Amino acid sequence: MLLLSEEQKLLMESARGAVTARAPVAEFRRLRADSRGEGFSRAFWRSCVELGWTGVLVPVEYGGIDFGVVGAGLVAREMARGLALSPFLSTSVLSASALARAGSAAQKADWLPRIARGEAVVALALDEGARPGAIAAKATRTASGFRLDGVKHLVLDGQAADAMLIAVECEGQAALLLAKADATGLSRDARTLVDGRRVASLRLDGVSVDADARLAGGAATIEDIVDIGRAVVSAALCGVAEEAFSRTVRYLKERRQFDRRIGSFQALQHRAARMHIEIENAWSASLKAMESIEARSNSAALDVAIAKAKASEAACAATAECLQMHGGIGMTDEFDIGLFLKRARVDSVLFGDAAFHANRVATMLGY
Amino acid sequence: MAINHAELRAWLEANCPPEMREPAGEDDICWGGRRWVFQSEAQRLWLERCAARGLTVPAWPKEYGGAGYSRDDAAVLAEEMRRIHARPPLVSFGIWMLGPALLKFGSPEQKATHLPRIARGEIRWCQGYSEPGAGSDLASLRTKAEDRGDHFLVNGQKIWTSYADKADWIFCLVRTDPQAMKQKGISFLLIDMAMPGVSTKPIVLISGKSPFCEAFFDNVEVPKENLVGTLNRGWDVAKYLLTHEREMIAGGGNLYDIHALDRAASAKAHGAKLADPILRAEIARAAIDTYASEATRQRYLAEAANGGEIGARSALLKYDGTELNKRRHELMMSLAGAEGLYFDGNLGPAQDIARGWLRSKGNSIEGGTSEIMLDIVAKRLLELPAD
Repeated sequence: MLLLSEEQKLLMESARGAVTARAPVAEFRRLRADSRGEGFSRAFWRSCVELGWTGVLVPVEYGGIDFGVVGAGLVAREMARGLALSPFLSTSVLSASALARAGSAAQKADWLPRIARGEAVVALALDEGARPGAIAAKATRTASGFRLDGVKHLVLDGQAADAMLIAVECEGQAALLLAKADATGLSRDARTLVDGRRVASLRLDGVSVDADARLAGGAATIEDIVDIGRAVVSAALCGVAEEAFSRTVRYLKERRQFDRRIGSFQALQHRAARMHIEIENAWSASLKAMESIEARSNSAALDVAIAKAKASEAACAATAECLQMHGGIGMTDEFDIGLFLKRARVDSVLFGDAAFHANRVATMLGY
Repeated sequence: MAINHAELRAWLEANCPPEMREPAGEDDICWGGRRWVFQSEAQRLWLERCAARGLTVPAWPKEYGGAGYSRDDAAVLAEEMRRIHARPPLVSFGIWMLGPALLKFGSPEQKATHLPRIARGEIRWCQGYSEPGAGSDLASLRTKAEDRGDHFLVNGQKIWTSYADKADWIFCLVRTDPQAMKQKGISFLLIDMAMPGVSTKPIVLISGKSPFCEAFFDNVEVPKENLVGTLNRGWDVAKYLLTHEREMIAGGGNLYDIHALDRAASAKAHGAKLADPILRAEIARAAIDTYASEATRQRYLAEAANGGEIGARSALLKYDGTELNKRRHELMMSLAGAEGLYFDGNLGPAQDIARGWLRSKGNSIEGGTSEIMLDIVAKRLLELPAD
C-alpha cells in the first residue's frame, strides 16, 4: 500500500487543476478582505459540487461518490496548496462522515443528498476551550426531546452553516445532536482567525431539539469521526507545507546575493534537504493514516495520532523555515509565504496539536 | 515461469534445521570463507542445502550458483523464509556487493571463477574503498596500482574495511592513472588477501568491538585478469555498487530494530508508566518520527516497485534512517539511566545498550556521511544549484 491508485491520481490531478484555476491564493486574499462574507466563495463551492468533492464521503445511495478517506485527503491537500476556502472539511468530510456512520435513516435521507449536492453546509461543533478536553455542553431530556446548553468554539463554517452537529454530554455519555442553525436559543458569533479564516463561537442557551436529533453512538463514534478529520487535516497540512516549500526552493534558485544564487550555499541546501525529508515523512504518515481508516485497521487510531503529530509539527517548522529563507520580504503581508505559515499554525491546532497527539501516541504505545 | 510456491514451502519445511529457525544474534551469522568454522552442524547443513539449490543467491543465474529467480520469486522465497523464521543461510559482502557488480561489469571468466564460490560460501570478500586521506572525498584515494606488464603492482592503505581480518579476497578501488583528474584514473581490482604483501590490522572502536580494519598493500603483484571492467573506469563500478547497496538497504526491511525503543519504554518492560514526563515525551516524538520515516521508506519502495526507481531517494532514506537510529539509541541510554553506564565486562543487556549506543554513532558516517546524503538530496532531488 501507500501507493495511489490510478483513480486517486486522476482525482489529485483534477483537484490540482481546479484549485489553480478557481481557487488560487489571490482568491483567498479576496475572501480574506471581505470581513462580512460567509468565509468562502459559493462559486468555488459549486465547482466542488461539479467535481464530486462534496460527495466524496457520502454513500452512493445518498447521491455521493463514496471515494474514501484517501480521496478526501487528496482533495484537502490540493485545496491547501491554494489556501482555498470552502466548507469541504466541515461539511463534506466531518459532517458527511458523522451522518453516514451514525445518523438515523431519516437524518441520512434528509441531509446526505443535500450535502452531496452542495445545498447544505453542516458544521461540527466540538471544541470548547483552548485545547481538546472533556465536553461540558449538556443535553438534558425534555418532554419533546432535548434541551442543549453550553458554549462551543472554533466551529469551522459555523457562521454559514444550515445545521450543526453538536457534541454534548447526554445522559452520562458523549453524543452528537443535530440542530438547525436557526433553532431558538442558538446564537453564533463570527470570529476571524489568525490565518484569515472565519469560524463561529456558539452559545447554546436552552436550544430545543427533537428526540430524533440524536445520532447513534457515544465517545468512540465521535472519536472515529474526529479521526477522519484529523487524517484529512494532516493531508491539508502537507499541502500547505509542500506549496510553501516548493515556492521557497524556487526562490533559492532565483535570489542572488554575494554574486551567487543563495540556493548554492550549503547551509541553506542542508536545511532545505532536511525540510524536504520532514515534509515527505509527514505525507507518508498522513497517507498511511488515511489508508488505515479505510481498511478499518486496528492501528488506525495510532496511525492517525502519528500523522497529526507529524504533519502539525513538520508544517509549522517548515513554513517558519520557508519564511526565514525568504528574508525580509517574507515578513510582508503582500508576499504569500506568511499566509502559509499562518494556515499551518491554525491547522496544526485543529483536533489536537502535535503535543496532544504525541501524548496520545505515548499512551497507546504503553509508555 | 514462476516458481512452485507449494513445493518451495515444502522444501523449506523439510530442509531448514530447527536450530536455524531460532532468532539469530550478531554472532550467529554465517559468513562463510576459507577459514570459516561452522558454529553448528545445523549451520553447515543449512548452507549446503541452500547452496545446492541456488537459494543463497536466488536471483543470480543458475550457471553462477543462483536459482535464476525473478524479483517476484525472490520475494516469495523471502516471505516463506520469514514465515518459518529461517535464518539466512549465508550473509556476505560477496552476495551483497561484489556479486551484483560482477554480474554487470565482470568478464565471463571472472563471473565463472568468483560467483559460484560466493554462492557456496567458500570465499569471503571485503570491500576496500576508504583510505586515511579519502573518506567522504572518496575519489581522492591514493592506493596505486602500477602497470608492470603482466601484473599490477599495488601499494597503499585502506581503512574502515569491514572484517578484512577474516576475509579471503578484497575488492578495491585503486589509482591506475595518477595524471588523470580524480574519478577518471581509478580502477576496480580484485585482490587475493593470501598474496604476499597484504596485511590487516583491526581497529578498536569506541564500543570496544573491532568490526573494521586497516588493510595494507606492500608491493602486491596482482594479475591483470583481476581488473573488473575497463581500466580507469572503476568509478562507474563503484557508483553502481554504492547505489545498489543503498537500494538494498532501503529495500531489505529496515536495517535497524526500530521497535527496540518502544519495547524498552513500554510499561511491560518496567512495570509502570514512565515517571519522567519529559523523557516520555521525547521517546514519543522519536517514535512518531520513526514511524513516519518508515512509512516513507515503504511508500518509496511501493512507488519503485510500480515502475519508478529509488535512485537518489536512497540517500534521503539513508540520512533519515541513520539519524533516527542514533536518536533512539540516545534515548535507550537515557531510559537505562545509571544502569546503562556499566562497562566492566559482565555481558548483559545493560552493556548491550551502551555498545549499541556507541556503535550507532557510526551509522551516519559509514556508507556515506549524513552531510554527503544531504548534499545529494539538495542537488539531485531538489536540484539546488552548485553555482
